[in-house]
Amino acid sequence: MSKPQILIVEDEADIRRFVRIALEKEGMTTAEAKSAEEARIDSATRRPELIIVDLGLPDGDGKAFIRELRTWSNIPVVVLSAREREEEKVEALDAGADDYLTKPFGVPELLARVRAQLRRAALLNPNQPASPVIRFGNVRVDMATHEVTKADEVVHLTPIEFRLLAALARGHGKVLTHRQLLLEVWGPSYVYRPHYLRVFMANLRQKLEDEPARPKHIITELQVGYRLACLSDGP
Amino acid sequence: MKEKRPDPDQLLKVVSKELKQEGRGRLKIFFGACAGVGKTYAMLQAGRQQFEQGVNVTVGIVETHDREETKRLLEGFPQLPLRSIASQGRVIQDFDLDAALSSGANLVLVDELAHANPVESRHAKRWGDVEELLAAGIDVYTTLNVQHLESVADIASGIIGAHVRETVPDRVFDEAVEVVLVDLPPDDLLARLDAGKVSVPVAIEHARQNFFRKGNLISLREIALRRVADRVDADVTSYRVSKSIETVWPTRERLMVCVSAAKTQERLIAEGIRLTQRLQAECLVVHVQEPTDSDDASRECVRSLAQQAEERKAEFINLPGDDVAEALLECARTRNVTKLVLGHGTRPWNPPWRRKLFERIARANPELGILLVAVKPPPRKERYLGRATRPDFHWGSLALATGACALTTLVALWLVHYFDPPNLVALFLLNVVVISLRLGRVAAIWAALLSVASFDFFFIPPLLSFAMSDTQYLFSFTLTLVVAWVTSAVGSRLRADARIALAGERREATVARVARDLSGADKSEQIVAICRETIAPLFEAKVALILPDSTDRLLPSKEGEFADLSVAQWAYDHGQRAGLGTSILSAAEALYLPLKAPIRCRGVLAIQPQNRTSLDSPDDKRLLEACGSSIALALERIHFAQVAQETLVRMEGERMRNSLLSAVSHDLRTPLTAIRGLAETLEQATDLPRNEQTEVASAIRHQAEELQQLVTNLLDLARMQSAGVRLDKQWHPLDEIVGSALYRLGPALSKREVRTELPSDLPLVEVDASLFERVLINLLDNALKYTPPDAKILIGAKAVGPSMYCFVEDNGPGLPPGDPEQFFKPFVRGQKESAISGVGLGLALCRSIIAAHGGTIRAEAAKPAGTRFEIRVPLGSPPGIEEEDAA
Repeated sequence: MSKPQILIVEDEADIRRFVRIALEKEGMTTAEAKSAEEARIDSATRRPELIIVDLGLPDGDGKAFIRELRTWSNIPVVVLSAREREEEKVEALDAGADDYLTKPFGVPELLARVRAQLRRAALLNPNQPASPVIRFGNVRVDMATHEVTKADEVVHLTPIEFRLLAALARGHGKVLTHRQLLLEVWGPSYVYRPHYLRVFMANLRQKLEDEPARPKHIITELQVGYRLACLSDGP
Repeated sequence: MKEKRPDPDQLLKVVSKELKQEGRGRLKIFFGACAGVGKTYAMLQAGRQQFEQGVNVTVGIVETHDREETKRLLEGFPQLPLRSIASQGRVIQDFDLDAALSSGANLVLVDELAHANPVESRHAKRWGDVEELLAAGIDVYTTLNVQHLESVADIASGIIGAHVRETVPDRVFDEAVEVVLVDLPPDDLLARLDAGKVSVPVAIEHARQNFFRKGNLISLREIALRRVADRVDADVTSYRVSKSIETVWPTRERLMVCVSAAKTQERLIAEGIRLTQRLQAECLVVHVQEPTDSDDASRECVRSLAQQAEERKAEFINLPGDDVAEALLECARTRNVTKLVLGHGTRPWNPPWRRKLFERIARANPELGILLVAVKPPPRKERYLGRATRPDFHWGSLALATGACALTTLVALWLVHYFDPPNLVALFLLNVVVISLRLGRVAAIWAALLSVASFDFFFIPPLLSFAMSDTQYLFSFTLTLVVAWVTSAVGSRLRADARIALAGERREATVARVARDLSGADKSEQIVAICRETIAPLFEAKVALILPDSTDRLLPSKEGEFADLSVAQWAYDHGQRAGLGTSILSAAEALYLPLKAPIRCRGVLAIQPQNRTSLDSPDDKRLLEACGSSIALALERIHFAQVAQETLVRMEGERMRNSLLSAVSHDLRTPLTAIRGLAETLEQATDLPRNEQTEVASAIRHQAEELQQLVTNLLDLARMQSAGVRLDKQWHPLDEIVGSALYRLGPALSKREVRTELPSDLPLVEVDASLFERVLINLLDNALKYTPPDAKILIGAKAVGPSMYCFVEDNGPGLPPGDPEQFFKPFVRGQKESAISGVGLGLALCRSIIAAHGGTIRAEAAKPAGTRFEIRVPLGSPPGIEEEDAA
């Protein structure tokens, strides 16, 4: 695989700088955009493999840019946002972003997220046939047969629990917001009942995590949503 | 020289009058002795003058009476369309108040101030419309004939020979900014009449003969002139008061008009009020509710008298009491009354041995001035009816008395074998006494007659005949009658006293209960409940409390579904009762009582009785008023309690923020200094060995992380203390929040042994997840910082009763000595000037977050060693989850 190109959309020069240095040290190439306008042009002309977008841009809203991008591309987008703006994160994810980082963030965290998203994009590559089996930790999920095993023992999931797990698995490490999950698993009339989601997620953790209070795979993004971490694929 | 100081009360009155006029429209009345003097014409001329000066003048309603000159004046004036009202089967064209209010005119001409509006209108009389225009800041020109002034109407009725129904309160007249007298000598008027310039509708052609007589016109003109002169006098007084000119202040008079329950007493009230106005005194109207006149007819009569008095701004008091003179004297004493107005001839029949009322009063208190006003006695029939329905009497009691007498006779017939007949008289007497005490006077007299007759018939020789042989029996006959009379009088008084006392007690008990319930209320919802549970059954009505929002709009409520919010809003805005039983929007189904507290109106009480007339009695009105003011006071108390609470919280926040600022600047500067120094070292010392470079860089990272932690805590604390912080409370499984906190601390915790103790059946808790996570992170962070690397950390939770307990425990060195509470204050640390920074805020933030959730947090020593932080939050009742269908 050639060097992946990352587009960094951020108005603060120092943040751009350390993100660029970190990514280049990882063997990636970078392009920088200082505004939403530049980002629009660069994303179309350079065709990057991943875009890192700061939500507070001087010439407009990062969310609007993501929404626009999603009309023609599904390349991974990682959002940077300040902590106080919880709703903004959720809105950005609902608009089509795949993951987020809260400022201030550390370099290792950034690199982990970027790598995860690149891996996910490779998995979703339409040229490769999708495998019906996904794995995380010692859990194996067969999407075709609905069979779930943990350390080779069959785990019994209710239909909703399975649908929930399947939705997370299809996300391949993408953060899914409460709204997205409620819509997909329960339907539109349940969108304002996040406690349903929380209760069933707790059940899933009980059944699939070694230590439910310290989950390693079914990760809670508090007030935002959930994601499935440390996925690997294959039989 | 003694300083001339204005009487503060008077001055206050002038000031309040001026204040009242500020922002209020100005009323100008064109006043005349009778129709035809040219009031409308004068008003139109004045209006035209204003119009030509560029004032936005609109004609509201003008009666031209088809007079050419008047019509000509109207030409070119903007005129409001009239409102068509279907009333009692016909369509009436009338003044459109709402159109006038929304027309944007500065001056509206409204003819005939005394006009009675159709019943469907908002105000019963046109002067009500005018008052509303004035209140809205619109100037009004209007016309008025002297006979329509309330205080003059009675006299004018006498002069004209017809009852004047359309009256205007004198208050309106007196409060007008200007009164213009439109005068025409009677001869000229008669000449105009003959020339056909005064048009009188054909229907009252006969009145014309009576009305336009020279004598009438002279009298009416005199009254009009005098009334205007009085007003001018009053203007002078108020001018003097405001300019502090006069030195002589009349002492304040207070008149008490004493009425009895008869229709003819209305004249007494009118007379009393007229006197009051002359004397610039205050007026009380008092009726003494005797036990005997508690029947419906007299109740109704008292009610209408009360209404009349209150309409004329006199206070009405209905005193319970069985001695009229005593009750009046008592009232006069407590209310500092200086003069009594009594009707003469109200008691048509006074036995010669009984003093007349005014004589008794004059004798008891010679200092009181007494004014007697001749009043026609009520017609006989009315009195007779009053007697016939006396509460003591019913036909059944006569039958009972007859039975008792028969029984006594039978017993006596048996006893006569053992005793002499004269001794049996006592038996009959006993019977009469018992009957008089139990069954009342009529039955007692009937029993006395029967007893004497039966005694005579059966026991006095010649037996079995009525012949009275011995005069001594006449004596016993009389004696029995007297005993019957006296005991029945005592008995009925006792019963009446008991009834009055009981009624009074019930009322007082009710008011006391309402007041007690209200005094315990500290939320407006509780007051709503009290209205529903205590006041509604009392009046057998639907009762709703309608409260305003912050912009003074009344909010609809579930209880108040029956209420008409627009009427309620009117009552609230104007501070006047409206709807059922009032003169404003009286067609409404419910009565709307504004809840006026000392500072301002706090809401409206809507009462919809099951029976439209059931709120009419003065007692009920007073009771309602008492309940209303209790509610208003309670609402105001709650309001100010809230304000005080908020102020306290704000002050506390302010104080805390100040101490915070000084402390924060220290804690912020320390890591900043380190970061800056370290970064400069890297910049300048280019020859630094590679490993030292890495060390410096990681020190910078560490300091930045500390700074981040501090800033996060600071921002959260500021958020918690900013006004109106809204917690985003949702139902969460606790293990999710614990998991998230542990995940977030990830790398730092990885070298420690951390255990969790979370039962899988833990109920959901309603918390703001990110704030609750902050609490856990701070507690875990503390445990990491203040315990050696080999100490274990335990985090767990359990539900006990109505609370969820969540704890973070370590087996480290434990708390430093001292009160653990102090660590929850900002910038207190276990060890002074510790090398470990950034925790001064942590526990304070935890405490304010948990307090905002209605919970508590405390620190204690763990067993056997270490520190334990325990959080308690209320559990509440989690929302249900639909069971999933079996797989």
